[in-house]
Amino acid sequence: MRLLKAGTRAKCAVCDTEVMVVRTVPAEVALTCGGVEMVAMDAAKTPGAHAGTAGQVALVGKRYVNAADAVELLCTKGGKGELAVDGEALSVKQTKALPSSD
Amino acid sequence: MNLAMALEMAAECHPQRIAVSSGGLHLSYADLLTAARAGAEVIRDAKVAYLGVLDVNSPAVPIALFAAAYAGVPYVPMNYRLTRPELESLLRRIAPALLISDEVVLAPLEVPSGVKVMLRGEFQRLALSFTPEPVSAPGAPHDTAIQLFTSGTTGKPKAAVLRHQNLMSYVLGTVEFASAGEDDAILIAVPPYHIAGISAVLSSTYAGRRMVQLPNFDAATWLRLCRTENVTNAFVVPTMLSRIVDHLEQEGGRAGVPSLRAIAYGGGKMPLAVIELAMRHFPGVDFTNAYGLTETSSTICLLGPDDHRSGFESQDPRVRRRLASVGRPVPTIELQVRGERGDVLAPGQAGEIFVRGEQVAGEYLEQGSLLDSDGWFPTRDRGQIDEFGYVYLEGRADDVIVRGGENISPGEIEDVLLEHPAVSDVAVVAVPDRQWGEAVGAVVVFKDGAEATDAELQDWVKQRLRSSRVPTVIRRLDQLPYNEMGKVLRRVLKQQFADVSS
Repeated sequence: MRLLKAGTRAKCAVCDTEVMVVRTVPAEVALTCGGVEMVAMDAAKTPGAHAGTAGQVALVGKRYVNAADAVELLCTKGGKGELAVDGEALSVKQTKALPSSD
Repeated sequence: MNLAMALEMAAECHPQRIAVSSGGLHLSYADLLTAARAGAEVIRDAKVAYLGVLDVNSPAVPIALFAAAYAGVPYVPMNYRLTRPELESLLRRIAPALLISDEVVLAPLEVPSGVKVMLRGEFQRLALSFTPEPVSAPGAPHDTAIQLFTSGTTGKPKAAVLRHQNLMSYVLGTVEFASAGEDDAILIAVPPYHIAGISAVLSSTYAGRRMVQLPNFDAATWLRLCRTENVTNAFVVPTMLSRIVDHLEQEGGRAGVPSLRAIAYGGGKMPLAVIELAMRHFPGVDFTNAYGLTETSSTICLLGPDDHRSGFESQDPRVRRRLASVGRPVPTIELQVRGERGDVLAPGQAGEIFVRGEQVAGEYLEQGSLLDSDGWFPTRDRGQIDEFGYVYLEGRADDVIVRGGENISPGEIEDVLLEHPAVSDVAVVAVPDRQWGEAVGAVVVFKDGAEATDAELQDWVKQRLRSSRVPTVIRRLDQLPYNEMGKVLRRVLKQQFADVSS
């Protein structure tokens, strides 16, 4: 469990997944990838495996949100685990495509 | 939240895709990432507080932009068309700095002490000469990413501060990652010191789109590059589109740019006649009007291709006038029109435009943040929202003419005078008036061989607007003074009226 801030980055201790926090709640949360708590970017990887193999993989560039739309992550590097916050699996946020303006 | 993140993601996702094409040189996204990290070492070795760029577009520009992010110093692109005293003054304001520039631009300048100069070619060569350790960008989302000097059409240039979180919020909010196709290419003709030149680099990188650089704009080269580089997207300021259309009218030929799918424009008011002609010359192309400010990290409102087509084809005046609107706010921006007492105005009422959102920086180095306690930024643009949510601009709040306590927007009078058959260009400014404090002055440019008397022009306005809008003083010029981005220099025109009346 830790307090996240918008802009905070984290990585999976096991697979390649990396995320950046876009929005979050003002409370400590458990941010996990494949059931394993994600760690700071400069932390060492822990050899091991995801706690569960089910669920979707993390895709680079996709936004992931919880059902309450209170926590939003941007996947900055794709990996093999399912992203979750406090045990709730996050789903890919559907965004409306805008015309290119620059 | 660091600009470097956009490049790291692009290089990770499609390392071999071409990021920059410029005069025969092609850099992939992997190359650009390596060059940015190497460039950062060059900047760190110089031990400076800023990275300045005083140059036209070249591969050194995107390298420098991202290198500054890796070095943790603000990137400051400057307008090479300013006068020598103006440039030397700006350079003194960023010392100690490393300045990337070119011999032609540097020749007339006496570079202030504390500014170390490195020629564009040398910086590019160094940045591409070695592969450094893949370090992360330092600092926090709140750090200054870019400092841009405003154009100074109304006075001394102000240093607008854009933080990593502002710019990245804009990119994340408006661009879908890796949304560009393998063959997508954008032609970048806006100079590096314009906010649109910066957002073009950031958005293209995040979308994974190839950037084709045009260092010095002219219509013929723009069209030729569209053809030879198979350009699919382009961004232009209104003056550029006007010149492209003029060129096509003179040549009498077809545009002949089959690869081109989309043209976005912004950075100033687009004359209705120009966009209508452009839509005729580029019938298959999607047009998008992007309204934004330096202080808002670029685009805050968009008028998309569908609105352009329906506006172009419709006979309904309410739909047709949409071509003159800047569209609706992007989803991550809130927009209000406020009256003089700060009250939020209803649709159809004109006032000052306020915006709120994470991309809104609204901050200058000298004055600090201009956001109010609720995060709203006064754009100093006047305008109104219609019943459908479309935003119409009426010019800068600073240009409003206050005649006997009545606020008059130059824009509405200019629009009416532009419809006069003899008038090709016009600017309306405040002139000093003993009775009213300020009165309406108009500077008109006539079409070739056309003429109209003061009385004829005054009648024309009187028939269409309230009598307070009728210009009391009318002057004639062969052409209006514009800055290089197509903004009328009202300060210069006002000065001429002041000279006459005093």
